[in-house]
Amino acid sequence: MAGNKMEETFGGYVVHTVPFPDKLDRAALKALKKMSPLLIEQPYSITYLHSYAQDSPFFAGLASGHYLVSRDAETGYTYATPRGHDMYTGAETEWVEIPAEGTVHAFTVCHFGSEEFLPECPYVLVQVEFPGVDTLFLARLVDVDPALASLDWIGMKVKGRFRRLSKFKPTDLYFYPVKG
Amino acid sequence: MRPVYAVSGGVSKFAKARPDKTFPALVKEAYDYAIADIGLTHRQFIELVDGSVASYFSDHFARQLMAGIMAQDYLGLCPKPGHRVEGGGATGGICFQEAWKAIASGYMDICLAYGFETMSHVATWKGNEFIALASDVSFDYPVGGFYSGYYAMMVTRHMKEFGTTPEQMAYVSVKNHMNAYHNPYAQKREKLTIADVRAAPMVAWPLTRLDICVMSDGAAATILCSEEGLAKLEKASGQRIKRVLVKGIGRGTDAMRMADRPHQKYEDFVKYNLLPSEDTAETRAYYKALWKKGFRYPGVHSFRAGRMASKEAYQNAGITDPLHEISFVELHDAYTSSEIQTYEDMGLCRYGEGGPFAASGKAFLPNIKYGLKLPDKPICPVNPSGGLIACGHPVGATGLMQAVFAIWQLQGTIGKHFGDTALQVKQAKRGAIHSHAGTGTYVTVSILEKED
Repeated sequence: MAGNKMEETFGGYVVHTVPFPDKLDRAALKALKKMSPLLIEQPYSITYLHSYAQDSPFFAGLASGHYLVSRDAETGYTYATPRGHDMYTGAETEWVEIPAEGTVHAFTVCHFGSEEFLPECPYVLVQVEFPGVDTLFLARLVDVDPALASLDWIGMKVKGRFRRLSKFKPTDLYFYPVKG
Repeated sequence: MRPVYAVSGGVSKFAKARPDKTFPALVKEAYDYAIADIGLTHRQFIELVDGSVASYFSDHFARQLMAGIMAQDYLGLCPKPGHRVEGGGATGGICFQEAWKAIASGYMDICLAYGFETMSHVATWKGNEFIALASDVSFDYPVGGFYSGYYAMMVTRHMKEFGTTPEQMAYVSVKNHMNAYHNPYAQKREKLTIADVRAAPMVAWPLTRLDICVMSDGAAATILCSEEGLAKLEKASGQRIKRVLVKGIGRGTDAMRMADRPHQKYEDFVKYNLLPSEDTAETRAYYKALWKKGFRYPGVHSFRAGRMASKEAYQNAGITDPLHEISFVELHDAYTSSEIQTYEDMGLCRYGEGGPFAASGKAFLPNIKYGLKLPDKPICPVNPSGGLIACGHPVGATGLMQAVFAIWQLQGTIGKHFGDTALQVKQAKRGAIHSHAGTGTYVTVSILEKED
């Protein structure tokens, strides 16, 4: 990403031998201390079986067009991002459905990202707040111009849209601005 | 608890890549420096040291589980006790404190704290992916997991609530890069202007490439000891060691998902989070007015973990006026914005005042020409070493690097170690080191004092 440097990439030529002294006399052995390091590639790929466990109804809800959040039965403290137990009472939370309509609490435009998300740059991340809900929800915001990022986006009314074909990820619910 | 001294330290050269050495050999580089600085040979030190604590963040970067024991083994510390600690970006700070605990509790008389990270083994954007795995992989990572994006969201809220500006953040970048110009250990030694920082490629609005620290390969080591341990080291080396006391430590935590952090009412903030230095009628009124405008604590703009770590450390060290009682701070500036947020957490200014504080000059060094018009005189230099932004951030080494630089400041030996006295804080009496895990989850603050 540096303006004056080419991107460094992996995937060089395969090399099976390197220069090495013909005779390993004392001088040659000593000279090995000056040898440049050998670098090899080690691929590493793995597929995890990740369980959403007690949070599963949230993702099943998104897949069915419902935004489920967690609420403590005693205090009414409500989490926009689900959690199985309330951090204050220690009690198991209940599922409640709320409308996916809120306002932007904080945002950024990612012009770079982790390798997995680089092809999607630039993308907009928002923390969404909902009326009567005590915590926030991290989501993508669409239908704004990433080149025109502005603090005026904070406080903007947004509405959720559910991905038609669920990927069973939190991005199954994303947001867009609504007028008024 | 008995008194704990931080007597010596060493730092490897931080660089984008150190293919010339394995990670245990990088630790050895830092370790050799630390023992040589107190006039000891390896054989002498190994006879005396009771054990160690190892610090590294990510098993992904090394693709080597149990890397800690490999460093322990390479250093020749086996079969002495040791363990690895991990707490994200705060791993080094936690390591320092665990070594402190080993001494303070009486378990050990001499303890070596060492840390490292080799981040060059993967491409930069894969590295960003590894770091982003330190966010909730069910709810945060899949949305666009990218730490710079997380911190950028925090600062947009900070800007909205308090009027903080990207230019104020750029003051931090100019300061830290310029300080690092005099630090030979630093990875990025650059003379920058505010315009340079703002013109750099945008990474996550409003943070540019020059608002963000880089990935590094590096290691650091410190030696902590009790009074008895100090006597043993001095007897072996035949020289008096300059005394730096670890006066107090503090640690705080917060919810992994920043979305889950509370938005407390004023009364709870006053009850749980107010610093003694803020407990005046004027400051209470200031905060009351903030709450009237909609400020809620900590929200996503403030690090409650950093505040709690500071509060505890100040209490243990007897600090009531941090800005004037601390000679310098080495804090975790992974982002210029997080340095500003941390000024507030640490009580160098009040919440909401971090932006103007950054541009005031109060956190700058007196003897460095920054090319900036600074209205105020330096009071408490922050990141005199250049911080993470300019020194680099080999995660497991970073918190220990801060400790080493703080020890040298308090020993008055910056000139000796840097070959340049420009960064030596004059009459440095007390220093604070602050280590922070993303996105404000674990924070440690340790207070070091020169003992005459």
